[in-house]
Amino acid sequence: MNLASLSASYLRARPLNTALSLLLLAMGVATIVLLILVVSQLEERMNQDARGIDLVVGAKGSPMQLILSGIYHLDAPTGNIPLAAAQQLAKHRFIKRAMPLALGDSWKGYRIVGAGHEYPRHYGATPAAGRLWEKPMEAVLGAEVAARTGVDVGGRFVGAHGIGGEGAEHGEMPYTVVGVLSRTGGVLDRLVLTSIESVWHVHEEHQGPADEADRKAMAADREVTVLLVQYASPLAAAMLPRQINSQSELQAASPAFETARLFRIVGVGVEALRAFAIILMIAAGLSVFIALYSALEERRYDLAVMRTLGASPRRLFGLLLTEGLVLALAGTIIGVLLGHAFTSALGLWLQSQQQYPVTGLTWRPEELWLAGAALGVGVLAALLPAWRAYRTDVSRTLAQA
Amino acid sequence: MIAARELRHRYGTIEVLRLDEWSVAQGERWMVLGASGSGKTTLLHVVAGLIRPSDGEVEVSGESLRKLDGARLDRWRGSTVGIVLQALHLVRHLTVRDNLRLVQYMAHLPQDDTRISDTLAALGVADKAARRPTELSHGERQRVAIARAVVNRPKVLLADEPTANLDDNAAALAIDLLAEQASRYGATLVVATHDARVKSKFRERLELAAP
Repeated sequence: MNLASLSASYLRARPLNTALSLLLLAMGVATIVLLILVVSQLEERMNQDARGIDLVVGAKGSPMQLILSGIYHLDAPTGNIPLAAAQQLAKHRFIKRAMPLALGDSWKGYRIVGAGHEYPRHYGATPAAGRLWEKPMEAVLGAEVAARTGVDVGGRFVGAHGIGGEGAEHGEMPYTVVGVLSRTGGVLDRLVLTSIESVWHVHEEHQGPADEADRKAMAADREVTVLLVQYASPLAAAMLPRQINSQSELQAASPAFETARLFRIVGVGVEALRAFAIILMIAAGLSVFIALYSALEERRYDLAVMRTLGASPRRLFGLLLTEGLVLALAGTIIGVLLGHAFTSALGLWLQSQQQYPVTGLTWRPEELWLAGAALGVGVLAALLPAWRAYRTDVSRTLAQA
Repeated sequence: MIAARELRHRYGTIEVLRLDEWSVAQGERWMVLGASGSGKTTLLHVVAGLIRPSDGEVEVSGESLRKLDGARLDRWRGSTVGIVLQALHLVRHLTVRDNLRLVQYMAHLPQDDTRISDTLAALGVADKAARRPTELSHGERQRVAIARAVVNRPKVLLADEPTANLDDNAAALAIDLLAEQASRYGATLVVATHDARVKSKFRERLELAAP
């Protein structure tokens, strides 16, 4: 027998009260753990995906949409821009590197991205199997796409028009899988890569057979969707976006600025959830307090008897405090485990929705602070009951019997 | 032994205990008699160091209780005094064995299951060790309460109205059990009672008058 086992025996003697306190605390802790894990992972991944990309140039529209479609491949593109304009801009002296992407088609909900070889290289992705695309209609799958569709090198598939996955199929133009990329943990895992020419090819074929003059006209009309830009000098940040946005046909958006804006918007929801979780934890503290305090009445003989057995008042104080602490510890452990389980479940669901994946199998240092706060709630809630136990008047209590 | 001189205890202005002189040798058995309100329980609590008397000196088993500070007094009580309370007050959700472990734990003594089994066996309730107090008869509970009072081998065994609510046979048996246990440990036994059926059981008697 020790203070912890004695405290636990009292908690077991009041299963309903104990369960309620545990439930409230665990839900509060789990909600905050979920928030910590999801927000931190999203931020980390979004930063990772935007690393080395200073500016996204595309068609006019919402700058956030441009970022979400151009870098993260989460939203619909704002439209296309003429290839000629993109090529001209890429030569700008402020631009060190510009990667054009052609978007618009998808396969089983995974986006088909027309790009150059520098695009996977930028994210440090190399073929885990096969090779990169060389000829039109050769495609390379991201690790996640290959894993979830089960299609491997040598497989063939047909892209669908539009990015929702429900558009008309380009049935007559199948892609051949020539490679599968290594897992990057980033956006590439969810993409199907091909050459920009493939994307043009698929769409131009729609217009039916054409003669040489038509082909030339089409070549002049060729478009890309976005241009991912890396600055050549810090000066570019001040000059280039303004310069591009003042041109009528192009729009430039800064990933750093737009993601910060996105997190500010999302942050309102996160803060609301966090406040809700804190209310849950305060309710848990109150529940612990009420449970301990109301049980004091029926426990006063036990406490008085313990004094006759040689317990000092300080020990009774410690007993009640330990009870609060044991409750809080159990609630915290359950809550942290639940939070990770919820995050894992959410991650599985997001993955099935081809959205940003999250994992519950990682730990954040903030969780330690959270555990400390939860234990603090338990101790705080037990303070007043413990003080009353400390003040037990043994002789009077026993004389009342 | 117990030695008390000029003991007075008051709650506010109301005097609840008045005892001029009382001297008990180690191993003696005493009845403390008196009507309700004569201060029997108060006297037991003073001897156990649960109350510091308003006036007077009390020395128990060689310790002058007034000289022990709070924590030392608690420790002293745990290792020296065994108390059987009128309402027994076993801890309800703990098994009989855990009730006795609690005694050793609270007195900062090693937790000794053999000692607990021996104590329960000596009182004929060894087979109840895994039961909770609510599952026992009143007589069994009383034996467990006595076991709890003696498991730490006290030098002083105190019992407050141990025969209340008992029939004649059970009342006599309760006193016999207490006497037997006290002599087993060479403990001084003090029984406070107003029960006429048992007051002549011991030769040594202290008659308290309401102050």
